[in-house]
Amino acid sequence: MNANVENNKQYVIFKLEDEFYGVPITFVETIEKVTEITRVPNSPHYVKGVINLRGEVVPVIDLRRRFQFQDKELTEESRIIVLALEDINVGFLVEGSSEVLTIEPDDIDKTTNFVNSFDDDYISGIGKVKDRMIIIVNIYKILGIEAN
Amino acid sequence: MDMSQYLDVFIEESKEHLQSMNAILLEMEKEPNEEGMLNEIFRIAHTLKGMSSTMGFQNIAGLTHEMENALHLIRGGELQMNSSIIDLLFKCFDELEKYLYEIESNGSEGPNTSKDIIKELEEIRSYKGREVKDPVKEASVVNPSSNDIQLNEYVHSIVKKALLQELNAYLLKVTLDKKCMLKAARAYIIINTLEKLTEIVHSTPSIEDIEDERFDLSFQLVLISKSDDKILLKELNSIPEIANIEIISLADNVSIMENTGSNEEANLFMEDEIIENAMTQKVEDNKGKKAKTGKTVRVDIDRLDNLMNLVSELIIIKTRLEDIDDSGTQHNMHEAIEYLERITTSLHDAVMKVRMVPIERVFNRFPRMVRDLSKDLGKEITLFMSGEETEVDRTVIDEIGDPLIHLIRNSIDHGIEEPDERIKYGKNPNGSLKLIAYPDGNSVVIEVEDDGKGIDVERVKAKGLEKGLITQQQAEIMDESEIIQLLFSPGFSTANKITDLSGRGVGLDVVKTKIESLGGVVEVDTRKNIGTKFIIRLPLTLAIIQALLVKVSTEKYAIPLNTIKEITTIEESQIRRVQNNEVVLYRNSTLPILRLSQLLKVEGTTEATEDLIVVIVKKGDKTAGIVVDNLIGQQEIVIKSLGKFLSNIKAIAGATILGNGSVALIVDTNSFF
Repeated sequence: MNANVENNKQYVIFKLEDEFYGVPITFVETIEKVTEITRVPNSPHYVKGVINLRGEVVPVIDLRRRFQFQDKELTEESRIIVLALEDINVGFLVEGSSEVLTIEPDDIDKTTNFVNSFDDDYISGIGKVKDRMIIIVNIYKILGIEAN
Repeated sequence: MDMSQYLDVFIEESKEHLQSMNAILLEMEKEPNEEGMLNEIFRIAHTLKGMSSTMGFQNIAGLTHEMENALHLIRGGELQMNSSIIDLLFKCFDELEKYLYEIESNGSEGPNTSKDIIKELEEIRSYKGREVKDPVKEASVVNPSSNDIQLNEYVHSIVKKALLQELNAYLLKVTLDKKCMLKAARAYIIINTLEKLTEIVHSTPSIEDIEDERFDLSFQLVLISKSDDKILLKELNSIPEIANIEIISLADNVSIMENTGSNEEANLFMEDEIIENAMTQKVEDNKGKKAKTGKTVRVDIDRLDNLMNLVSELIIIKTRLEDIDDSGTQHNMHEAIEYLERITTSLHDAVMKVRMVPIERVFNRFPRMVRDLSKDLGKEITLFMSGEETEVDRTVIDEIGDPLIHLIRNSIDHGIEEPDERIKYGKNPNGSLKLIAYPDGNSVVIEVEDDGKGIDVERVKAKGLEKGLITQQQAEIMDESEIIQLLFSPGFSTANKITDLSGRGVGLDVVKTKIESLGGVVEVDTRKNIGTKFIIRLPLTLAIIQALLVKVSTEKYAIPLNTIKEITTIEESQIRRVQNNEVVLYRNSTLPILRLSQLLKVEGTTEATEDLIVVIVKKGDKTAGIVVDNLIGQQEIVIKSLGKFLSNIKAIAGATILGNGSVALIVDTNSFF
């Protein structure tokens, strides 16, 4: 039980456009180096394609495109964070991911307090760890499981 | 002692026993006094009793015990077998099956509901030696549906909070059409549709019960939504087979909102989350579901031995390849690879066979169903079944039952006429229904054929016009087979008086969708006053197919071989444009030309050549030519799904993993027609 509570406060941190973002560690299955990505025609624009993850076909979402940043070349640091939500497996393409942080619920500000245009759509809160700001993303909204 | 490890075996064996019980009961109905069968049923009841009490399932044990007692009297000649006893035994059978289903899905047999049946069994025993009068009327299903707006405190406070945030809260009562066959599926569609727009806070009965079809015809949902009721109604109205929808705004109903308890604070955090979700959307997680038992397959030991042999051969060839590495000549290598190829092919075959189950498992519930239905409807119908031994993939077995039930019910209900009417047309008053299964090449065919009145094409056409599925113009040029296809379109079955129209139409769209999801097709063959035949064609195996790999620009795609008619080259200059569509004259008929690079929006063009490589694909008797850049070759591929997130991608049927580890997509050529 105790371990569980601890887990719920942990976030996998990743980088995008010089900002740090976090996803709850409970959703994260693995973090992979970028392998060959096969484009899927007729899929939403932010779907980069699919990869072969040890025999399973997993869709990859380009978070840059999802957050409406300019496209950028992949680097050595680029990673695919594979998430497992209920019966959906999906990868997030990010510009690097190398740490896990514990963020207390009290240190997370709900974004409903902000008046913001596009990106609070994908954000469920902002976490503060020492002097850093970690943007906690809302996975469901990123996946666009809502009616478009 | 922990019995859970035996649970699978228990379920599997009990199912087999129940199946043979069902078969014997049906036989017994024809020859009630056959002693051998009586003994057999007695034996089955006894075995079930023993097994279930070992496993701790007291309801089953109790019921089978009573059955045994009653059967004992019959065996001893103290009681005469008659049709009401058989009916009662059928009821027992249903009850046992229900318990077993509960065990399978929830791990426990649920509440004891067999008191009435046990009472009937006891009554029979007290009638010893006399003829049994009419059995007690059937126990009605208990349905805890209260129509008042009763929300528990938790739901109250969520609704209240939602209203404060200017969201809408509704109580929705949905009543399904009486004729709706796959209630759970319909309810699922409704709930799914709603979840796109709303947050479902509460449901009566619970979502789980609804999914398991444990509800009568109606259910209630409490919803929180940004959208107003008009939008919800509009969405819901597009779903067929709903008899009635009632939306009550909870905002108007302030009184129920007043009495919220004071423990609201405690729930605050959770509520926030729920309401936040309502503003967007939520994915219901069913993780909380109780331990579901795994699917099992009983396998002939010979097949396992065969598998074992093949695996040992695989190990031998592995050693051989290792040796070649040291001394290797090209020739030895080739030989070894050929050998390896033979083994993998046999291995594939053997594994496939392990997954195969005789279709009997689906078929053997139909005699009972046909018996009950024809009794209810006052029709005389004989069911002929053949090919029960035909083997299909285990996944198909689980999925094909509902569509078949649907088709059979359709045939009995609407296809086969009343006895008087049949006599009028000079037919045998006894209608016949044939259920035939047989393997055909790489697929399995299941036919449901009746000798009823057939489909009235004109009325289907009229209905299609009325429903706005086709225009007057289309109606005039459509041929018979195209009109019959209308039966399968989603909007067709919404009519309430569907029975007016020579049957066929009650949710056939569901049947079609299900079969297509299994990679199969449905065809209809109908002749007026002679009968109707539904032909279902399913692939033998779902997982592995032969495919042609092609290249477009730098991307590789797989086209299933069974959809390909031929491959040819066509000169660019032969292509003509007709109303913006490209066609060529090929073998004296026009062939539409589609460019894969355009269909799949492939970037990076290839240099224009005069000779185009064209893969001609077919769907039914329609053909189309697909232009590709290069052919790579034929290959056996393993079909992988793109996952739930990317389901329903246009023109793509799935994916496969190539030898080099990269992913190639499988083209859904059916979507091009």
